[in-house]
Amino acid sequence: MPQIAQIADTYASQIFWLLLTFGFVFFVIGRGMVPKVQATADARDAKITGDLDAAKAAFARADEVEADYRVRDAESRTAVQATLAKAKADAAKASEAKLAAADAEIQVKIGAAEARIKAATDAAMAQIETVAADAARDMVARISGVEASDEAARNAVKAALAHG
Amino acid sequence: MAESGKIDPMHQFAIEPLFGTDHLSIGGFNIAFTNSALYMVAAAVVLWIFVIGGMKRELVPGRWQMAVEYFTGFIKNLLISNVGEGGKKYIPYVFSLFMFILLANLLGLLPLGLVGVHPFTFTSHFTATGVLAIMSFSIVLIVGFWKHGLHFFSLFVPHGTPLPMIPVIFPIELISFMVRPFSLGLRLFVAMTAGHVLLKVLAGFVINSSNAGPGFGLTVGAASFVLMIGISALEVLVAVIQAYVFALLTSVYINDAENLH
Repeated sequence: MPQIAQIADTYASQIFWLLLTFGFVFFVIGRGMVPKVQATADARDAKITGDLDAAKAAFARADEVEADYRVRDAESRTAVQATLAKAKADAAKASEAKLAAADAEIQVKIGAAEARIKAATDAAMAQIETVAADAARDMVARISGVEASDEAARNAVKAALAHG
Repeated sequence: MAESGKIDPMHQFAIEPLFGTDHLSIGGFNIAFTNSALYMVAAAVVLWIFVIGGMKRELVPGRWQMAVEYFTGFIKNLLISNVGEGGKKYIPYVFSLFMFILLANLLGLLPLGLVGVHPFTFTSHFTATGVLAIMSFSIVLIVGFWKHGLHFFSLFVPHGTPLPMIPVIFPIELISFMVRPFSLGLRLFVAMTAGHVLLKVLAGFVINSSNAGPGFGLTVGAASFVLMIGISALEVLVAVIQAYVFALLTSVYINDAENLH
């Protein structure tokens, strides 16, 4: 076995060159380069974690904004409904007032018209009395030949009219 | 390599100085640049190139950067799950350890013999795995005593141990702790050696049976070859698993030092 047979001749060379090469590997590669490689990987991991966190935060903010939007939406809906109801009530009140005014005016007009009608009716009645009294006097004169007095005829007509 | 079909499955582990550096030495110690050292350098360079490809530092990574980040992330998760957040500072060490062993195992499995180069797996030498194991163990000791002082010895007294049991438990725990660097280093060495020996033995069967005649070649040789294909796939798996086990056990031991219990 050369490992044992040659040990006396080669151990110093083996140890020397191993320490030399491993020293190079450790100090140049292990200490010099590996930390940089590792730092790159760590930086990437950190960036990925950071980006994910940012995305998560953005998500949360979006949710918040949406909730906020919903609240405001609901608020403005109620506000609009209130305004609408108020407008409706106002409009109803205004139209009621106008209706009442118009009603009163119409009442007044109706009253005036009724008064006019009554006056006209009265006038007509009066005329009818006169005409009826004349007619009654004529009828009396023709039937009995007696000239009935104006007053008597009028009274008779009145009595007849009152009886209907 | 011996003549007439005598194949030595252990020859692949032989260390040979290269480029005439046989007598290169520092302070009386021979530090010849061997084939083993060549594969250590190769593993380091391949790892270096691999990680450079991951240094583009783009926010949206390409395939290569993704692959490098996958490995660093893998080690980071390993340490976090075993040690906790405090384990992050060991990423450079455990990453270096894992990737270096992984590449050593995989480079040693490359079928470079086809182009006349002798592949070599330095993790099949306990001189190499031992150094790595001692390094991991030293970190555990240094961190343990640095963070907890002499209180670190309470590691050898598990929670809820009855007082009379402590004199018995303490040496047992101490021994199991002291054995760690050996088990750590030997496990890797044995796994790699066994796999490579097995592959070489089977390859020897294929060659020797074919040389013995077409009848042997088509039966024993073909069966061995099919087996080799399966075992080669298994060895790739073992290469990854052993590197992972080394890194995992290192992080488990670091957890002891970092968090005591």
